[in-house]
Amino acid sequence: MERKIVIPGEMIIEGEDYLPGENTEKRDGKVYSSRYGLAEEQSNLVKVIPLSGVYHPRRGNAVIGKVENVLANGWIIDIGAADSAFLSLMEVPRYVNKDAMEEVLTIDDMVTAKIWSINKRGIDLSLKGRGFGKIEEGLIFNVNSNKVPRIIGKEGSMIKIIKENTGCDITVGQNGTVLVEGNKIEDELFAKKAIMYIAERSFISGLTDLVTKWFTEQGNKK
Amino acid sequence: MAFKRPDGRKITEMRPAEAKVGVVPNADGSAMFKSGKTIAIAAVYGPKKMHPQHQQNPRTGQLRCEYNMISFSVDDRIRPGRNRRAMEISEVTKWALEPVVDLKDYPNQVVDVHINIIQADAGTRCAGINAAAMALAHAGIPMKNMVSSISIGKLDKTLVVDLTKEEEDFEEGEGPTDIPVSITSDGKITHMQLDGMIEVKQLQESIDMAKEACKEVYKIQKDALKKFIEDKSEGLN
Repeated sequence: MERKIVIPGEMIIEGEDYLPGENTEKRDGKVYSSRYGLAEEQSNLVKVIPLSGVYHPRRGNAVIGKVENVLANGWIIDIGAADSAFLSLMEVPRYVNKDAMEEVLTIDDMVTAKIWSINKRGIDLSLKGRGFGKIEEGLIFNVNSNKVPRIIGKEGSMIKIIKENTGCDITVGQNGTVLVEGNKIEDELFAKKAIMYIAERSFISGLTDLVTKWFTEQGNKK
Repeated sequence: MAFKRPDGRKITEMRPAEAKVGVVPNADGSAMFKSGKTIAIAAVYGPKKMHPQHQQNPRTGQLRCEYNMISFSVDDRIRPGRNRRAMEISEVTKWALEPVVDLKDYPNQVVDVHINIIQADAGTRCAGINAAAMALAHAGIPMKNMVSSISIGKLDKTLVVDLTKEEEDFEEGEGPTDIPVSITSDGKITHMQLDGMIEVKQLQESIDMAKEACKEVYKIQKDALKKFIEDKSEGLN
């Protein structure tokens, strides 16, 4: 089945063989969409990919957040979701002096972290793993979290193009916060421009070619 | 006897309607619905944490609606801000939308819907509900269905679809009766009000008329939502 745009309550496909996947519902042998987005079917599993809306945290997501508060046993981090996230002292892979926790992370610090669990009580973050920790420098801005997969591209193809063309190091949080680290501020702003260009065109297929073309055009202007 | 409407419409004919999605860039979802001279803009924010905290419900997320008529929306300037009528319509709008939105997965959270009427010519609550349903879909809120709304009127003894302000002020015979109805795309009624007097038999008739008219409204909402993505995937090339 070809991808198609669906609205809530619209019938996507009829037949007992089909299984309802993410954002779909099965009623009387028909699969209905429960969200606005693109419907697709792969080996009888029907799902809807949302294109708009707020960030929904998932386990395993790498995110970029801001320290909201310092507690006795950890930090409260705002990751742009409805619930704020908790980073426990135990999940920081270095020695932390409990009397001087501000030395590690203090209010308004930006941090990259991984969501290691989501439960009724809230979201728990972890810094264990490569590339996670406090952000020391760089340019940070937000895009809609639904556009993150397009910015990264298939197996990171898109992000690789941007890195090659701007010479910047780019970290994209699944919550839509982007960190750009370059040698010069001009390079960082150029990378931001490229990412905004992709975010605006996130519905177009064959975006990789378009971005390559855009970079050649921008290169000629310089 | 053929009934003559002031604007020459047929009795089952709606006013020319128009809809657009994504009209408020800062909102998580937004839509505009225009029916004749009535224009409603709806903006959706959330799901986000419920404030004040004592209203949080750990079982489910909640829907909160706010209906507001802008001071210049009618001929005589109205005093801006909440009044008794706006509070009632806000609540009625919430009841009309609540059966379709599914916020089970968002405990302690809230979805805020703000409806602003920027130009009013009767049927503002219907236009507001239509815009709000589209805005909720745009915000990616899980919904069982869409809601379409229309007002049915009784002028003397004739039932007509989609009243204007001029028709609402009709004074002859039995006078005007206004029945706003909201219906999901599979024909279930989520909201119905009655202002005036009507016989039971005619009420059934008016529901059937509303179901027909809501199919048209649904088509306008659906086309607007689909056009929004189509335009973005083609227009920018």
